[in-house]
Amino acid sequence: MSNYKVLVSKLGLDGHDRGAKVVARALKDAGFDVIYTGIRQTPEQVVEAAIQEDVDVIGVSILSGAHIHHVSRLMKLLRERGLNVPVVVGGTIPIPDVPRLKQMGVREVFLPGSSLKEIINVVRRLAEEKRRAEQQA
Amino acid sequence: MQSSKPREAYLNSLIERAVGGDRAALGKLLTVLERPSRDSGIVLRTLVKKSGRAHVVGVTGIPGSGKSTLISKLISVYRSWGLRVGVLAVDPTSPLSRGALMADRLRMQRHATDPNVFIRSIASKGFRGGLSLAALAMIEALDAAGYDKIIVETVGVGQAEVDIMHAAHTIVVVTMPGAGDDIQALKAGVMEIGDIYVVNKSDKPEADQLLEFINFALETGEIGSGEKWRPLVVKTSAIMGTGVEELAKVIEKHLEHLVRTGRFEEKVESRRLMLARLFALRIVEEKVEKIIEAHKREVSRILGESDDPYTVLEALIEKGLREL
Amino acid sequence: MVKLFNNESIEKIREALKKWEKETLPLSLQRFPERMERFTTLSNIEVKRIYTPADLADHDYFEKLGLPGEYPFTRGIHATMYRGRLWTMRMFSGYGGPEETNKRLKFLIKHGETGLSLAFDYPTLVGIDSDDPMASGEVGICGVAVDTLKDMEIIFDGINLGEVTTNMTINPPAPVLLSMYVAVAEKQGVPYDRVGGTTQNDPLKEFIAQKSYVFPPEPAVKIAMDVVEWSVKNLPKWNPISISGYHIREAGSDAVQELAFTLADGIAYVRHLVERGMDVDEFAPRLSFFFDSHINFFEEIAKFRAARRMWAKIMKEWFGAKKPRSWWLRFHTQTAGVSLTAQQPWNNIVRTTIEALAAVLGGTQSLHTNALDEPFRVPSELAAKIALRTQQIIAYETGVADTVDPLAGSYYVEWLTDEIEERAWRYIERIERMGGMIEAVKKGYPQREITETSYRFQREVEEGKRFIVGVNIFVDEVEDEIRNVPLLEIDQEEIEARQKERLRKIRESRNKAKVERALAELRRAAERGENIMPYVLTAVKAYATLGEIMGTLKEVYGEWVEPPLI
Ligand SMILES: Nc1nc2c(ncn2[C@@H]2O[C@H](COP(=O)(O)OP(=O)(O)OP(=O)(O)O)[C@@H](O)[C@H]2O)c(=O)[nH]1
Ligand SMILES: [Mg+2]
Repeated sequence: MSNYKVLVSKLGLDGHDRGAKVVARALKDAGFDVIYTGIRQTPEQVVEAAIQEDVDVIGVSILSGAHIHHVSRLMKLLRERGLNVPVVVGGTIPIPDVPRLKQMGVREVFLPGSSLKEIINVVRRLAEEKRRAEQQA
Repeated sequence: MQSSKPREAYLNSLIERAVGGDRAALGKLLTVLERPSRDSGIVLRTLVKKSGRAHVVGVTGIPGSGKSTLISKLISVYRSWGLRVGVLAVDPTSPLSRGALMADRLRMQRHATDPNVFIRSIASKGFRGGLSLAALAMIEALDAAGYDKIIVETVGVGQAEVDIMHAAHTIVVVTMPGAGDDIQALKAGVMEIGDIYVVNKSDKPEADQLLEFINFALETGEIGSGEKWRPLVVKTSAIMGTGVEELAKVIEKHLEHLVRTGRFEEKVESRRLMLARLFALRIVEEKVEKIIEAHKREVSRILGESDDPYTVLEALIEKGLREL
Repeated sequence: MVKLFNNESIEKIREALKKWEKETLPLSLQRFPERMERFTTLSNIEVKRIYTPADLADHDYFEKLGLPGEYPFTRGIHATMYRGRLWTMRMFSGYGGPEETNKRLKFLIKHGETGLSLAFDYPTLVGIDSDDPMASGEVGICGVAVDTLKDMEIIFDGINLGEVTTNMTINPPAPVLLSMYVAVAEKQGVPYDRVGGTTQNDPLKEFIAQKSYVFPPEPAVKIAMDVVEWSVKNLPKWNPISISGYHIREAGSDAVQELAFTLADGIAYVRHLVERGMDVDEFAPRLSFFFDSHINFFEEIAKFRAARRMWAKIMKEWFGAKKPRSWWLRFHTQTAGVSLTAQQPWNNIVRTTIEALAAVLGGTQSLHTNALDEPFRVPSELAAKIALRTQQIIAYETGVADTVDPLAGSYYVEWLTDEIEERAWRYIERIERMGGMIEAVKKGYPQREITETSYRFQREVEEGKRFIVGVNIFVDEVEDEIRNVPLLEIDQEEIEARQKERLRKIRESRNKAKVERALAELRRAAERGENIMPYVLTAVKAYATLGEIMGTLKEVYGEWVEPPLI
């Protein structure tokens, strides 16, 4: 079985890529194949990259405060394209926004202070789930 | 995975959709082709009936010479000519780490949303059956899906990457000033057999020196593809975008040469031969591994205890193959 | 040479130490084993059990310290420091549209504030217009949106630019925003010599950390230095650049890296300006710095002191500056946003207090203290007020500002100051060998160093080698309820729509030929390598948009994509 593939992306215009890079590094060290798209990505670019790379999980990091706007667009595009890739979001997300994001279909939200171990575990679980679902299909 | 009828139907529908322009289907198809299996065999069977048209351009050169940046600019030129472009970016991941971090895409990501551009990253390891098998199979898929140009980025050293480059119609070797213009640098792997040499980062002062150096090496025959084609040298600055259009035109010249001399089809054929060979090798390898696994004890003693280890091993494998 | 301690005393102390290690220490270690095998600062500098004059055996007082207001300024750039004037308590804030910003600025002025501060939204920071597809959802969120001169006119409507100073946190688009500001001043009839304020205008740290880059490194530096040169010649009261370590630190560097990379940035700028033919003493006094103040108390103080000493040396010895004013390292400080935690947020008041204290003991010229709720939302009014009060308590109650550089002479602090300086020089030498900071960022060297450091730190926290209260030690089961208080929501969509509408109207009503001519002239000037400022000013006055001006420059200078490195 090949490695799980994860797309790590910075959605929106803010350049605070410290978190995204640390997570990308940690995922790689944990045995994932990570595709890093860099900063200033639009939801369209993220969805297209996920399609072309056929990833198992999409992870986006947003610290600009525009998470509701970008993520709702991202989830809408994924639905339109019929894509079943789990999405996780990290960044400075106010707690009251967490349920809103989950309602949109985001599988997990990582707030500041989340541990790498926790992130790796969740991503692995979601990737497993996705591959299993695909085998059945 | 068993190849059952519904599975085959699923794969066929995947191919049909991918060829019909469904990018998600193409993405999945490439995943199927990542490793040799009955599935990938079935897929390839159909694909090669539809492929063979695309011009495969291998872009290789030392790390950091600007390959990805240059490819991104090349895509823009091809798009302005109305061509569809597929990219396979082989990331030179460290063989020591378990996972891979692939970032070539980062430089080309501005094309991500162009429906006529398809970019796929390939980790340079972790493929059963090898990187080259995966890459070659993916070329067939992108070709069948109607991409006119298929650009393959590799660092061009290591057997797998050399194999991949041999599968390209046109080999573009990217160099840059200041990387030590030692002839040895150009003699690594596939770099000495370029069809086209690019002096990138020509915005830097030492570029002309490198240009002269390469021209000289070409004249003395130290590098070059050895075919009836005198390799051309192009100066570019991928960052500024200068020289890229010229590079694209030079690549077309080489294509014309290939078509004129009949080499284009020959290359498609030899690419497929290589693909089938790698496929076959993988099948044998898998079987051999199984046999050895089953006779571990015996095998571990052969070298020390047998008079003729070669013959004994050969006999063991042949027997094993009959029994499998 | 004036040594702090004579050889005889040092010898005696060394002997005593040996004896102490043999007789006193073992007993103590037996009864109270030490908490850790190795104690380290955040920069991974190993901290010894005890410091004595023996650690400063070769310390030359005048070479290392001197007196405040004198070279090498380790003890402060002014002779009286805070006994004369306290540091400036500057607080950044702001989001919304130009109208809201105008209202708030007027409110601040009414309450006696004269030092204004503008934060811009992300589209403005990266030089695109509010109607650019990339800007969607981001207009007006983290600051004010500015597309054309019109927006700047609204922001400062009814505010006399001759009577306030304005700090603009803006980098690649600095020439455009400064031109807009100057154009408003002109319209108000305020002469150039009364226009005062700051532009951050520090492009190199964008590549290293903040990542709001637009142009590749060389043209980015060239453009920023156009702003410096033009300001030096035209705006005597403007601070055209704030060389910033803050973002480098917040992106995950340690104190040594923050110091070294910031000074290396400064060196690159000075070198560029000198190569341009400017006299060092003409521009050096106009350079200022911006640092982070983190939680490792003594290390931060040592960092500030080392910074002053190093910069003075760089300016005097490397660049031959003659005016003492050119040797000064003036700096603004902000407490460390990254040290704050979302968990148990009230603890952040304490962290910010300690960091602010370090900045003051380190001799900062101005200070911003973070609000306790910053890790998870735009600060509430109460939180912002506590942050300001923190500074006021330090200034007016504690007495720490009553004598100059009170920690001088502490064996530990002096040793640590030397150690940090030494390590920072090593980084600077490495960068110099690469050909300076411009080359280094192109190779991704500082970027990679920072990623390594932040990854290491994160792992140390998770492995329990570093403690963060409320995160990996003394953790509460239940979240504090203030994290659940909903934000004051700004109506982002409304602001964006309003901004786009205004932009549309301007695009329609302005003199198009004039705009095109101004942009064409700007392009030609850029191609010729001239200082672009006069041309940007002309374009701004013709109501060319931020995106159009930046777009024109991008066509000439290209755009930067970061080397893929993680
Ligand atoms: N000055 C200059 N720098 C360039 C040019 N082209 C690329 N670069 C820079 O060179 C560095 C490497 O560029 P890439 O495109 O990632 O090079 P690559 O050959 O794909 O690198 P690998 O995939 O890691 O082997 C980046 O910092 C680019 O910005 C150019 O024409 N001029
Ligand atoms: Mg590359």
